[in-house]
Amino acid sequence: MNWDWNAVAEFMPHFRDGLVVTLQALVLGSLLSFTLGLVWTLLMRTPTRWVRWPVGVFTEFVRNTPLLVQLFFLFYVLPEWGLTFSALTMGVIGLGLHYSTYTMQVYRAGIEGVPAGQWEAAKALNLPLRRTWTAVILPQAVRRVVPALGNYVISMLKDTPLLMTVTVLEMLGEARLFSQRAFEFTEPVTVIGLAFIVISYLASLLLRSLERRLV
Amino acid sequence: MSDTLRTPEPAAPAPPPGELIRFDGVSKRFGENTVLDRLDFSVEAGKHVTLIGPSGSGKTTILRMLMTLTRPDEGTITVDGRRLYPAGRREVAEVRRNIGMVFQQFNLFPNMKVLRNVTEAPVTVLGLSKDEAEARARELLELVGLADKCDVYPSQLSGGQQQRVAIARALAMRPQVLLLDEVTSALDPELVAGVLDVLRDIARSTDITMLCVTHEMNFARDISDDVLMFDGGKVIESGPPERIFEAPAHERTREFLGAVL
Amino acid sequence: MNSSMTPGLWELVLDGVWVTVQLLVLSAVLATAVAFAAGIARTHRLWIVRFLAGLYTEVFRGTSALIMMFWVFFVMPTAFGWQLVPLWAGTLALGLTYGAYGAEVVRGAIAAVPQAQRDAGIALSLTPWQRMRLVLLPQAVPEMIPPFSNLLVELLKGTALVSIMGMGDLAFSGNLIRLALQESTEIYTYVLVIYFVLAFLLTRVMRGLEKNLKVRTGRTVRTGSPETTADVKAGAAA
Repeated sequence: MNWDWNAVAEFMPHFRDGLVVTLQALVLGSLLSFTLGLVWTLLMRTPTRWVRWPVGVFTEFVRNTPLLVQLFFLFYVLPEWGLTFSALTMGVIGLGLHYSTYTMQVYRAGIEGVPAGQWEAAKALNLPLRRTWTAVILPQAVRRVVPALGNYVISMLKDTPLLMTVTVLEMLGEARLFSQRAFEFTEPVTVIGLAFIVISYLASLLLRSLERRLV
Repeated sequence: MSDTLRTPEPAAPAPPPGELIRFDGVSKRFGENTVLDRLDFSVEAGKHVTLIGPSGSGKTTILRMLMTLTRPDEGTITVDGRRLYPAGRREVAEVRRNIGMVFQQFNLFPNMKVLRNVTEAPVTVLGLSKDEAEARARELLELVGLADKCDVYPSQLSGGQQQRVAIARALAMRPQVLLLDEVTSALDPELVAGVLDVLRDIARSTDITMLCVTHEMNFARDISDDVLMFDGGKVIESGPPERIFEAPAHERTREFLGAVL
Repeated sequence: MNSSMTPGLWELVLDGVWVTVQLLVLSAVLATAVAFAAGIARTHRLWIVRFLAGLYTEVFRGTSALIMMFWVFFVMPTAFGWQLVPLWAGTLALGLTYGAYGAEVVRGAIAAVPQAQRDAGIALSLTPWQRMRLVLLPQAVPEMIPPFSNLLVELLKGTALVSIMGMGDLAFSGNLIRLALQESTEIYTYVLVIYFVLAFLLTRVMRGLEKNLKVRTGRTVRTGSPETTADVKAGAAA
């Protein structure tokens, strides 16, 4: 095995560019998944079956099919329909949509995890419905929801390399581009592989300390 | 459905003077199981009434119906001459405002400190100012012996202390009727007395009507004006505690008291 | 809709499905073996065994499946001179990655068996391995099925990554047909629906398996709680 430290040094500037794009996609994708997931959760609580049923089927479909093919779909099909976005935007939409079908489950579990007695106590005190949600239910749900959402952010981080396939130059994309020019593949792929382990480990430490403060 | 299409509810008949709560032919089934079977009973204002009977005999269901947490399948419920069931949403909200409840599992809001648990509803529902509500909450917490616990979270209190906060929280709404649903059943034995003492105090010093489901027979004897014995979804016997406990008329009452005393 | 799919193109799709199914089965077998080995190793009395098993799970859950795949396909041959057939390379990368998630499921389910059961095993003077085999695993395995079922769906979705390596799986067939037809809506819709049907069949099979196992250990099946569906993929920082 031959390891070339020069190749590592040459790759570093590209690594930095890739890292910035990876983090951009991660932050925007997370925000989109948090909001869309909330929209799905609320739609699933509407009384009409005609809303719940299509939303349920759609999200089930998105959750059970590969993100990679969904990215291809967005990247190749949307332009056929006359919708064009930048590659990064497309990637963020793909990540956000895919993960929103997981965050909706987190929200649901968080809300259903608040004991029935809390609803009953609020009713016994005649709190109006809106106040019951904002002062009693949601503050308790948040404690359950934040750690689980954090885990999905880490999960999403590990899916960001897929954006490479739709021409986004995140870390893996930069590594591949570099290796095609320099004919050195071992070093860049190993460097970003380690980078992912380090980032997700740091993120999980951060999350654990956040969890301790919430509980 | 619009109001004009609906057949108007017959006006509730004028209640006999002093009567506050009235159940007429109220039934409730859960699946195959009939919990209440065409139940009739009434409670006079200011009385303390204890419901006793074997578990599953529908005592708790009665309290939950008065709090509108459970709907009857048939019959009518009247409180202070106004319909609670069947009734429109607005009437229900108005009637319910005069009723408070203390639960077996306390159900304090864990995300709020003790003081805020007691002030939350007076501020948002009764429209009291924050200062007014807090002053009153401190008085009530003093009454239940927890004046020094205003600034802690419920999870930092013992079960008995939590239940006393829950009592203060219910009283803060100045209810006409207080429903007590097995309030000591979830407590460790050594914490029961403190809660019962607080309730005895309240029973003595206020004119709140109390409906109480409990397994603490001595407590029931102390505070009750009337005891209702339930079995098979019906009231099989009722009367002052001295008579029910000393000379029960019904065979089932004797069996039940023999088992719990 | 006027379909432009010809029988020849459908054949291409079926070839892709076949590769996807092969890859799914092989990597599921590898992942299960690895999951049990590492999951049980984490309960071992020697710290070094626990540490190595823990290191494996942390590293493989910490990294991205796609990067692991790049590593197995491109780095291993040049760095170590091991050139695997694509199917085995894909199996290795997927099996090790999802095996690490599975190891956490195994560890969690074993830890969830009540302490009293362990004590009873000790009281009967069973050896540690006998306790594991006769007392703990029979009770823990049925509890593993719902999270394993979710992991299996994640694994199925993960198999699509091999198309990036040029392996002719279902996603790869989709790309070829897009190039052939110069039209994407139809083919990608089909591809997604096929994945969805495969995932549906997988969950059905796993549910049947769960019922079967629970009947044998004398328990009734709980209908899946929302937590169990959400937890697996989010297990990273648990």
